[in-house]
Amino acid sequence: MTSLVELMDYDEVVEKYDPVLGLEVHVELHTNTKMFCGCANVFGGEPNTNTCPTCLGLPGSLPVVNGKAVESAIRIGLALNCEIADWCRFARKNYFYPDMPKNFQTSQYDEPIAFNGWLDVTLDDGEVIRVEIERAHMEEDTGKSLHVGGATGRIHGAEHSLLDYNRAGVPLIEIVTKMIPGTGKRAPEVARAYVTALRDLLKALDVSDVRMDQGSLRCDANVSLSPKTTGELGTRTETKNVNSLRSVERAVRFEMTRQAAVLESGGSVTQETRHFDESSGSTSPGRKKETAEDYRYFPEPDLVPIAPSREWVEELRGTLPELPWERRARIQKEWNLTDEVLRDLVNANALDLIIATVEAGAKPDEARSWWVSYLAQQANAKGIELTDLAITPAQVARVVELVNSGALTNKLAREAVNGVLEGEGSPDDVVEKRGLKVVSDDSALEKAVDEALAAQPDVAQKIRDGKIQAAGAIVGAVMKATKGQADAARVREIVVARCS
Amino acid sequence: MTNDLIHATAAELAAKIHSGEVSSVEVTQAHLDRIAATDERVNAFLHVDTEGALAQARKVDEDVKAGKQVGPLAGVPLALKDVMTTEGVPTTVGSKILEGWLPPYDATVTRKLKEAGVVILGKTNMDEFAMGSSTENSAYGPTHNPWDLDRIPGGSGGGSSAALAAHQAPLAIGTDTGGSIRQPGAVTGTVGVKPTYGGVSRYGLVAFSSSLDQAGPCARTVLDAALLHEIIAGYDHMDSTSINAPVPPVVAAAREGLSGDLSGLRIGVVTQFSGEGYQQGVLRSFEAAVSQLKELGAEIADVSCPSFDYALPAYYLIAPSECSSNLARFDAMRYGLRVGDDGTRSTEEVMSLTREAGFGPEVKRRIMIGTYALSSGYYDAYYGSAQKVRTLITQDFAKAFENFDVLISPTTPTTAFKIGERANDPMAMYKADLCTIPANLAGTPAMSVPSGLSDEDGLPVGLQIMAPALQDHRMYRVAAAYEAARGAFGGPSL
Ligand SMILES: [Zn+2]
Repeated sequence: MTSLVELMDYDEVVEKYDPVLGLEVHVELHTNTKMFCGCANVFGGEPNTNTCPTCLGLPGSLPVVNGKAVESAIRIGLALNCEIADWCRFARKNYFYPDMPKNFQTSQYDEPIAFNGWLDVTLDDGEVIRVEIERAHMEEDTGKSLHVGGATGRIHGAEHSLLDYNRAGVPLIEIVTKMIPGTGKRAPEVARAYVTALRDLLKALDVSDVRMDQGSLRCDANVSLSPKTTGELGTRTETKNVNSLRSVERAVRFEMTRQAAVLESGGSVTQETRHFDESSGSTSPGRKKETAEDYRYFPEPDLVPIAPSREWVEELRGTLPELPWERRARIQKEWNLTDEVLRDLVNANALDLIIATVEAGAKPDEARSWWVSYLAQQANAKGIELTDLAITPAQVARVVELVNSGALTNKLAREAVNGVLEGEGSPDDVVEKRGLKVVSDDSALEKAVDEALAAQPDVAQKIRDGKIQAAGAIVGAVMKATKGQADAARVREIVVARCS
Repeated sequence: MTNDLIHATAAELAAKIHSGEVSSVEVTQAHLDRIAATDERVNAFLHVDTEGALAQARKVDEDVKAGKQVGPLAGVPLALKDVMTTEGVPTTVGSKILEGWLPPYDATVTRKLKEAGVVILGKTNMDEFAMGSSTENSAYGPTHNPWDLDRIPGGSGGGSSAALAAHQAPLAIGTDTGGSIRQPGAVTGTVGVKPTYGGVSRYGLVAFSSSLDQAGPCARTVLDAALLHEIIAGYDHMDSTSINAPVPPVVAAAREGLSGDLSGLRIGVVTQFSGEGYQQGVLRSFEAAVSQLKELGAEIADVSCPSFDYALPAYYLIAPSECSSNLARFDAMRYGLRVGDDGTRSTEEVMSLTREAGFGPEVKRRIMIGTYALSSGYYDAYYGSAQKVRTLITQDFAKAFENFDVLISPTTPTTAFKIGERANDPMAMYKADLCTIPANLAGTPAMSVPSGLSDEDGLPVGLQIMAPALQDHRMYRVAAAYEAARGAFGGPSL
């Protein structure tokens, strides 16, 4: 489906052009109810079950602002170092689209609730870049269209379309950066790092599920190229449908190389919306609009202005949790980590998991060891992020506890973890179901040792001759015979005792 | 007996029903019979809910028999403007685009009426989406004025007012965006009240212009209107623009007014509302009303509200702007009419064909005006300027109310005009709302009370009384006192 696109070599692109980024992130808040009605705000569900006259836009229905969503918007604004408006309004953004029940979106236009902030973003090598935030405003999500028939899954060429309004009216916060110039060849990395930092921040604020795969965090990447020779700003494109952190980076990089090729060949970049295709890693133009869209914004007459008192704003400032960067600084100090180790943990998405595991009772070393080795391997093997493994920090802490109490050996502990990852329940459930327990009955072990010694008489003789290191083979055989449920150290003691 | 029942006031009927002298079923049936006998000529109702009405009446009768406490208007029939949603009962807003739609929910006003035991007879005709001053813009044919069937009953709520004048119902609900309660009240010789904006919930009122729409009571007497006002008014958490304050004591004010004493009350006559375009019969009726108010003890003087001259143009930018957005949802996707969906057409084409077929010319005209007024590059000049005029009008009211307790004017410049007379002259039609629009723009309460018949053409004339926000009771007091002094002026013969 992708037509061949001429691309320019990346190094050449950044030699000739300065990329300018702009990032718009939409965050679905995980409030109990929707933005303007009392319907449950839950992901998925039978189509059109979480709906009411208001979120279906039925004639006569009216919106009522969800106070919790306003609170979340203000907390996000404060965490992003924004000013909070004394007074702001909703506006109507008018355009026709079937998945938008009223054919206007209730949004904020020139009066956002939060504006003029910044977010410090740490790159992979530890460099910190300050991204300026233009605004964070409240709006409502649209429903979803499912286009049936046709090759592309888009509306064009579909035989018919199904509409699901469960998502219509879900509270959204749109966070818009100012132009981010001067990032040079690191532009794609900056884009990814910004979205990552924002995601971690929103998670710490506990305002959203921030699941890019489920659409609760969505990023539109604006990219333009400014020729180094003239320094003039280029025409920008807006790439949508960027559904993972990695895709953010790939999409920006692709656009840079595509735009550069267009410019090099004497063409000009078209200002347009483009779609990112995960499989090909390329972007393609969205549906061409015949006329320039005029949203005819005007203040929403069905809602009254929002005027958060300064007392309330300060009260909300007081509810801000330890923010990710503050937490990292504290942990680095407390655990005495080098910059490099800390960065590796952050880059591997392991730090928060380790911290949570420690908070659940494990020691830092124990927690770190699980997440950066065994669990990291499992995530790698499955091709998923560490954070997406089906085990919680509390469950890891429980496994550590079971090992420390002697109830599990390290090997059994890994099996318990495997069980959890395979959906067999909690570590205790897995221990129970798989019958994982250390064989601590000496008579059973003695019997197994005697059998192993009898099976390998030459090895037994070596041990009796004083070559204690040969005991390893017998211990191994016993462990195999007991399916790993014996305590290897105790087996070794018994082997030595039987041979002396 | 039947004749007595359909000529009684709502207050009288309520007393009879609650004392057991007559049943609500009898009263309801009498009105249903009257509708059956007259509505072919009047066309006030788009839908008569015989079963629903009688079921509600029976319930009230049972409650009365069981000695239960019932609401002040329980058992009394009412005509509901078809702009209010009614669960499971057709709600068309006078438009083809909603033909056959059965709302899954009740408007707050509908719910309150049901809870109060009021019997909803059916849904009344109106200009499509409440856009008009004659009910000629209804997709279901015009309503005829019971005083002269060749004439308009006013609009947009012509159905509700005609039903009152034709004694098809003693009570009705209207909505008033630029005069749609008061102007029909004036030309049918009935009482119509636009409460303070936010006084009555808009939840379930199919929006024309959100910042102007206000539901209110219609009746044949001031006291009946007050009784109905208190039932439908009050804060509603489903409407963010509803006012969280006690309902003004309008019933007490109406009863107080019946004593006929207005001494010391300061009344301002708005000088902007006279002169060219005003019928002499209307002006003479108004002068007579002024004299009567003076006799009741009121102090009356002229007051000038210069920005009222700009009310009409401002209104015809704000209302169409909001309507262009409010009516966008009628796109064939979820409910109502769908045209051209034969498998060959795109979504946009189906939307477009449906709106083309489903909306009448006046609705289309206003959608186009509003779309234009909100367009980038024109917004400041049109919508922005109109909002400034709105502020000036509010300031003019505030200044006037420093010196006057209420303001008065004719409700409308002329008596009922002939059906078809202004159909091709939108500007002439729009001028019917000249005197009523300022109160919508300012959000202040205003009402029309009959001031008898014009000595020119023998048709009803209305006196408009305006009060400051949340002072709705002031105008009820004046209206009730005036009504008592004025006396009966006859009624239409049907
Ligand atoms: Zn809802």
